[in-house]
Amino acid sequence: MDFVKLIIDNKQVEVPAGTTIYKAAHQLGIEIPVLCYMNLEHMNIENKPAGCRICVVEVEGRRNLAPSCSTDVVEGMVVRTNTMRVLNARRTVLEFILSDHPKDCLVCPKSGNCELQDLAVKMGVRKIHNEEISQMSSYRVDYSPSIIRDLDKCVMCRRCETMCNDVQTVGALHAVNRGFMSVVAPAFEMDLVKSTCTYCGQCVAVCPTGALAEVDNTPQLIRALSDTKKTVIVQTAPAVRAALGEEFGYPAGTSVTGKMVAALRRLGFDYVFDTDFAADLTIMEEGTELLGRLEKHLKGEPVKLPILTSCCPSWVNFFEQQYPDMLDIPSTARSPQQMFGAIAKTYFADKINVKREDLIVVSIMPCLAKKYECQREEFKTDGNPDVDYSISTRELAHLIKEANMDLRNMPDEDFDNPLGESTGAGVIFGTTGGVIEAAVRTAYEVFTKKKLEKVDFQQLRGMEGIRSASVDIDGFELKIGIAHGLGNARKLLEDIRAGKSEYHAIEIMACPGGCVGGGGQPLHHGHSEILQKRAAALYREDAEKPIRKSHDNPMIIELYEKFLGHPMSEKAHHLLHTHYVDKATVIKTIE
Amino acid sequence: MAESKVALKRADKEKLVEVCREFNNKPGELINVLHRAQNIFGYLPAEVQEVIASELNVALAKVYGVVTFYSYFTMIPRGKYPISVCTGTACYVRGAEKVLDEFKRLLKLEVGETAADGVFSLNCLRCVGACGLAPVVLVGEKTYGRVSSDQVRKILEEYGYEG
Ligand code: SF4
Ligand code: SF4
Ligand code: FES
Ligand code: FES
Repeated sequence: MDFVKLIIDNKQVEVPAGTTIYKAAHQLGIEIPVLCYMNLEHMNIENKPAGCRICVVEVEGRRNLAPSCSTDVVEGMVVRTNTMRVLNARRTVLEFILSDHPKDCLVCPKSGNCELQDLAVKMGVRKIHNEEISQMSSYRVDYSPSIIRDLDKCVMCRRCETMCNDVQTVGALHAVNRGFMSVVAPAFEMDLVKSTCTYCGQCVAVCPTGALAEVDNTPQLIRALSDTKKTVIVQTAPAVRAALGEEFGYPAGTSVTGKMVAALRRLGFDYVFDTDFAADLTIMEEGTELLGRLEKHLKGEPVKLPILTSCCPSWVNFFEQQYPDMLDIPSTARSPQQMFGAIAKTYFADKINVKREDLIVVSIMPCLAKKYECQREEFKTDGNPDVDYSISTRELAHLIKEANMDLRNMPDEDFDNPLGESTGAGVIFGTTGGVIEAAVRTAYEVFTKKKLEKVDFQQLRGMEGIRSASVDIDGFELKIGIAHGLGNARKLLEDIRAGKSEYHAIEIMACPGGCVGGGGQPLHHGHSEILQKRAAALYREDAEKPIRKSHDNPMIIELYEKFLGHPMSEKAHHLLHTHYVDKATVIKTIE
Repeated sequence: MAESKVALKRADKEKLVEVCREFNNKPGELINVLHRAQNIFGYLPAEVQEVIASELNVALAKVYGVVTFYSYFTMIPRGKYPISVCTGTACYVRGAEKVLDEFKRLLKLEVGETAADGVFSLNCLRCVGACGLAPVVLVGEKTYGRVSSDQVRKILEEYGYEG
C-alpha cells in the first residue's frame, strides 16, 4: 500500500493513499465538523455527497477552500483546519443553511440531539445574516404509522437516501426536484404509507435534523397511565436495556435492565414484563416449525427450505412487498412483541380477571416498524389490538426525563411474574445472530434429546453483513445463514429464488446490527462502534443468566401446560402464528 | 394479489419494454431510456416511469428523482402545438424574456404548463444553436427567428388562436 505524508495544523501524519483529508485529520485527533458526510465505519456505510461544504479546510497552494470529507490527500499537502478564513467560511455556509430552516428548535423532536443545532452552537452563530431577504421553502408534513417527515427541516444531506437505497435496497426515498425545491421523497412525492417503505427507521436513525422523526405515542400512553379504570402493563424488548443508559450518560454497552424496570414501575405501570419471555415463546414455536420441516426433509418429503425467521416486522414488510412469490418460506411465527400481546390479552387477562378492553399493553421497542406492526388488522380482536402502543427506546428516555426521574438514581429491580421470566436465549434476540443461536440451543436438545454442553455458538456471532455457519446436531450438519440490513437479506433471497441456497435456516433482521441498531434506539451520530458494544452487553447478560435455553423457562413450561397445550397446537396457531399478504403492486395493462 | 395502481395500453407497455431491452435493461442507462420514452410519448406519466423502474430494476423514487431533476423531462403532456422559447444567453440578451412574457399573457399559461384544451403548451429551452436568429421560438418543428413580443399574437393565430 502506498503511503502519503502531509501536514495538518502543523502536525505531520502519514496515511494510505486515497485517504480523505477528513480521515487523516481524524487520525491526528482533529475533528473537522461535518453535516452531510456520514461514515458508519463498522458497517461499511459511507455517505459522501459533498453537498454542504461545512467541512471546508484551507490547502496551501489552492485558491479555493476544499471540502475535507471528499478531498483526497496528496504527498506534501499542507492543510489548515482552523484559520480565520476557514471558520468564517463555515459559519457563512451554516448561516446560509439556517436561513432556510425553521427556528422552532425549542419544540422540535430532535432538540438537544440535533446535529444542525450542535453545529450552530459550536460555530457560535448569533445572527443569521441576510435572513430578512432569504426565502423559506415549505413542504407538507407527511404522517405514517411509524415515521413523520417534516421536510422544512431537511438539509439535503441525503443520508436517508443512502440508508434506504444502498443499505436497505428499499428505494422508498430519493432526492427529487432541483435547487431550492429539492427534498427527499418517495416517487411522485406520495405519502410514505403508499410507498415501498418498510418502516425500518434507518433513515430516521441517521437524519441529522428534525426532518425525520418517529411518531410520538407517549401522549396516549400518559393518558392510559392516568386512567384508573385501566390496568396498564409493559413489555421491554431485549435491545432496549443495552442502549437506554446512553441517554442518561452511561457509556455505550452498559446494561441497565434493573434500573429500567424500576423506572417503569415508578412511571405507574401495573406490571413490568419482559419481551424476552415472548422471545422464548417464539423459539418454542419457530424452533418446532424448523424441526418439523427438517424432519420432513430428512424423510425425503417435499418441504420448503430454508425456513426464514419472521420476528422482524420491517423484514416482514420487505418480503411482502418485494418477494410475494415466496410468502410460504418464512416461519409463520409472530414477532415476540405480538406473541406477548396475544398471551397478555388472553391468558394473563384471565389470570388477573381483567377484561380485554381494560388491559392496556405497551411495548418498549428499539424499533419503529413495531408501531406499524401493532396496528395490523390481523393482530386485533374485535378492533382491540393485542398491543396498544409501541414506544421506542428514545421515547422511553424522554418519558423518564419528563417524569423528573434519572435512571442513575434508580435501584435495580426485577421484572414481574409470570410474563417477566426469561432466559439468556431470549436476551440475545436483540442482536444479529441471536435469534438463530437461541433456536439452535433449543432445536439441538429437542432433536437429539441430549443435553447441550456448550451453549455458546461463537460461529453465529459477529457483525459481518452476511454470515454462514454450520452446527453439528448429533451428526446432522445444520446449515445456517444470517443477514442483517435488508440489502444483505436481498442477496440471500435472490439465491433462494434462483434455487441456489444451501441453507436450512436463515435469520434476518432489517436493521444493521440487528435490533441493537434499530431505528428507535438512542442516536449513534455516526459512532457505529456503539452497536457492537450494545451487542456485547447482551451476550454478557446472556452468560450471566441461570437459565440459557428457551425450553427450560419454567413460566414457558407452565404456559404450555396450563394454556397452550404444546407448540404448534391449534390454540398456539390461533394466538401465536400469522399469515402474510402480497403487497406488491402490479402493472396492469389495458387492451 | 395486491391492487394494481397503474394502467397502460398493452402496446405502449410493450414498446417501453422493447426500449429498455435495447439498452440491455442496464440501470445506468436510465437517462437514455427516459429520453427515448419521452420522444415516444411526448411526456413521462407515472405509468411510464413505473414500467421503466421495474424493467431497469431501479427504485421508482429514483426514476422520479431523475425526471424532476432535469428540466428537459416533463410529466405533463405537451400540447398539440408545443411552444418553446429559447432562453439561452444570446436570445435572453436580445429580449427572449419579453417574448416569453407575451406568450404567458396571451395563453394564460406558466412555463411547463399545457392549456386545458390541449392545443398549446409552453416551455423554455437552452440555446438551440441558432443564435444568429435570436430570439428564437419553436412551435413544434417550425422555427421562428428574430421574434419580438408584438409578433407573438400573429404566430399564435397561425395555429388557430382566437383569444
Ligand atoms: S423507514 Fe426504512 S424503508 Fe422506510 S424510508 Fe426509511 S430507510 Fe427507507
Ligand atoms: S430528511 Fe434528514 S437525512 Fe434525509 S436528506 Fe433531509 S436532512 Fe438529510
Ligand atoms: S460534510 Fe463535507 S461537504 Fe458536507
Ligand atoms: S441562445 Fe437561443 S439559439 Fe442560442
